[in-house]
Amino acid sequence: MKLSLKPQETYRDDYTFSNSDEAILRFPFPFPEDGYMYSVNMEPHVRGGATPVYDKVFDVDEHYIGDMADRAITLDQDPLRCQVLPHMETAEWDTLELLMESLANDYPEHFSLTKNGDKWHWINRPLEIDQTFTFGRKETLPYDPFEYITRQMQGDFSLQDQRDNNLYMDGGMVTSQADWSLNFDVGMSFHEWHGPVPLAHQAGVFDRALQYLLRLQYGKPVRRLNWTMTANPRLDTSPENYPLWGPEKAAITPENVGHRMCLRVELQTLHRLPRSNAILFSIRGYLIRLEELVKVKKWAVRMHRVIRDLHPQIAEYKGLPRYRQYVVDYFAPFDDGRTLNSGIAAEQDSI
Amino acid sequence: MKLKIEAIATLTPGIRKFTLAPVDGSPLPHAGAGSHVVLEIPGPSRIWKNAYSITSAADAPAYEIMVRRVEKSRGGSAWLHDHAKLGDVLEVYPPQNLFAPQRLAKRHLLLSAGIGITPFLSYVRLAGLAYEFHHCCKPEDEAAFRALLPSGPQMTLHTSRHTLNLEALLKSQPLGTHLSVCGPESFMDMVLATAAHAGWPAAKVHKESFGGATGGEPFVAHMKRSGVTVTVGREESLLDAMEAAGLAPPCLCRGGACGECKLTVLEGVPDHHDHYLSEIEHAANDAVMTCVSRAKTPELVLDF
Ligand code: HEM
Ligand code: FES
Repeated sequence: MKLSLKPQETYRDDYTFSNSDEAILRFPFPFPEDGYMYSVNMEPHVRGGATPVYDKVFDVDEHYIGDMADRAITLDQDPLRCQVLPHMETAEWDTLELLMESLANDYPEHFSLTKNGDKWHWINRPLEIDQTFTFGRKETLPYDPFEYITRQMQGDFSLQDQRDNNLYMDGGMVTSQADWSLNFDVGMSFHEWHGPVPLAHQAGVFDRALQYLLRLQYGKPVRRLNWTMTANPRLDTSPENYPLWGPEKAAITPENVGHRMCLRVELQTLHRLPRSNAILFSIRGYLIRLEELVKVKKWAVRMHRVIRDLHPQIAEYKGLPRYRQYVVDYFAPFDDGRTLNSGIAAEQDSI
Repeated sequence: MKLKIEAIATLTPGIRKFTLAPVDGSPLPHAGAGSHVVLEIPGPSRIWKNAYSITSAADAPAYEIMVRRVEKSRGGSAWLHDHAKLGDVLEVYPPQNLFAPQRLAKRHLLLSAGIGITPFLSYVRLAGLAYEFHHCCKPEDEAAFRALLPSGPQMTLHTSRHTLNLEALLKSQPLGTHLSVCGPESFMDMVLATAAHAGWPAAKVHKESFGGATGGEPFVAHMKRSGVTVTVGREESLLDAMEAAGLAPPCLCRGGACGECKLTVLEGVPDHHDHYLSEIEHAANDAVMTCVSRAKTPELVLDF
């Protein structure tokens, strides 16, 4: 299906962001069952599967132009949202190549890449970019290679160096995070940056996930879904900018929860990079207003059960307690007690 | 992927170099410094799968590997020396890297012997790598190896064990140096023992490995409830074999971490390779993770 892009939407101030019916139906709903608990929910990132956002290596959707404009604003205000340590330069070029090749291959009507030896020609039609450069020579690009390409791809990214049987977050582009800070985490190891997460350490989730990732193979990316909730469709919910979005959370009421509150799902994919042997972590975020989500009947019912029964420590970690009851009450009328199929599929073709 | 032998060169009487290029001219997956490929080599009774370090650059249009004829060869290297000819097409698995250079190292001490030179040929090609490289070989192979190696004060070729004073070398390295070693097991063991003795921390010592814990001896698995029996081949997982037999066993990560594929073992002893079960559960031997684990007994009976 041809991808059509919306004109620029906003993710701050007047929040013009909304999902088309097609975007709602392809939303990566994260709950295959009626309950939720942390687990090593990882699988090979192969095309096709439970949701259409698995069809491409890196999914681009109708919000592309607005996402990239919002990233540019955030970077303008805080350049430290993009940092890469010097020993990751090869990984920067690996990332640039992987993203350019994937985008050109998956969306030829929007992106194209022509290689002539190390002379490359990149065209990004939606952002009106036409760039010739020399691969491996960063002075031929307007930004360093990692920043250059991640300013043109939705979602956050981090770069992990592998050493001492561990992964270290030695770079990233993070402008749409769920309340964590690259500037704080940069240089940390896998267990260190996961430090604040409750329950999962004790359950051995991070030990197993790390062992799995250390063996990640080139050409065999893997994926998982993660989720949280955000007041208003705001991409930049960073600790640095808490004063901006904290009050918006406090302003959620039973009356406005359906319109303002968003489920925020991250499609996380992990890719072994060939030259550097580093791992690229892509955190591709999707937002959906609760009033949009309830247009899919199965999801509305399941949301009610998951949020109602969520472990208090997970709710606390995700910042839900203040409005959790409003969310439960919002979904309760949809839950008629029916049995739902397991799996995340929408199970309806239209809205 | 199918690669054809595009060139063969004899470097020494015991070492041949092969150039492997895509059959259809399509670009190859990049092989970063330290990568290896696994080749399927046809043998009279079975297919051999041998791993070789890639010595060409990451962006090269073809892979170069070097193959030493193994005395009393198991088969693979003998075939490559005696039968392989230009134009032969081989099945080659995409490159993997279990010996990538440490990007944070201020300096690298590279030690190799004989065919162990191969991964370091890709290391020394990296721009700006600060290294000291010692390679040991037989006197009669000196000229051949010298032609492969860079020249300069950072490079020393040894044709006698006596000119390489390992102990002194390992004791005199500046802080921040990482040691990488590749060669025959006996050589690597000696270097590692000397390094440990000289007080090198394990995190700064790296030994070439091709890993590959996936395969193993074939075995048979009986599925008690479904009544299906599968034979698990040398290079496939129990999960793969079950799927190939038309079963749909549970699974998710396919890498021994998520726990989805756990099945109860009714008879036989599993050979555990997963990260999911605890040590106690492993010792109990009453469950198996089908995506990575195998069998220690010729047969397993599973509750599926
Ligand atoms: C290299 C890859 C990864 C990176 C860079 C990464 C990064 C992060 C970060 C920055 C956080 C937020 C921590 C905070 O509160 O400050 C987080 C949370 C978390 N991560 Fe990861 N992670 C990675 C891989 C994984 C994997 C493979 C798993 C598999 C189970 C995992 C499971 C989790 C969970 C369960 C949370 C809590 C999320 C929530 O409840 O919202 N992570 N991760
Ligand atoms: S499929 Fe995940 S442990 Fe086997």
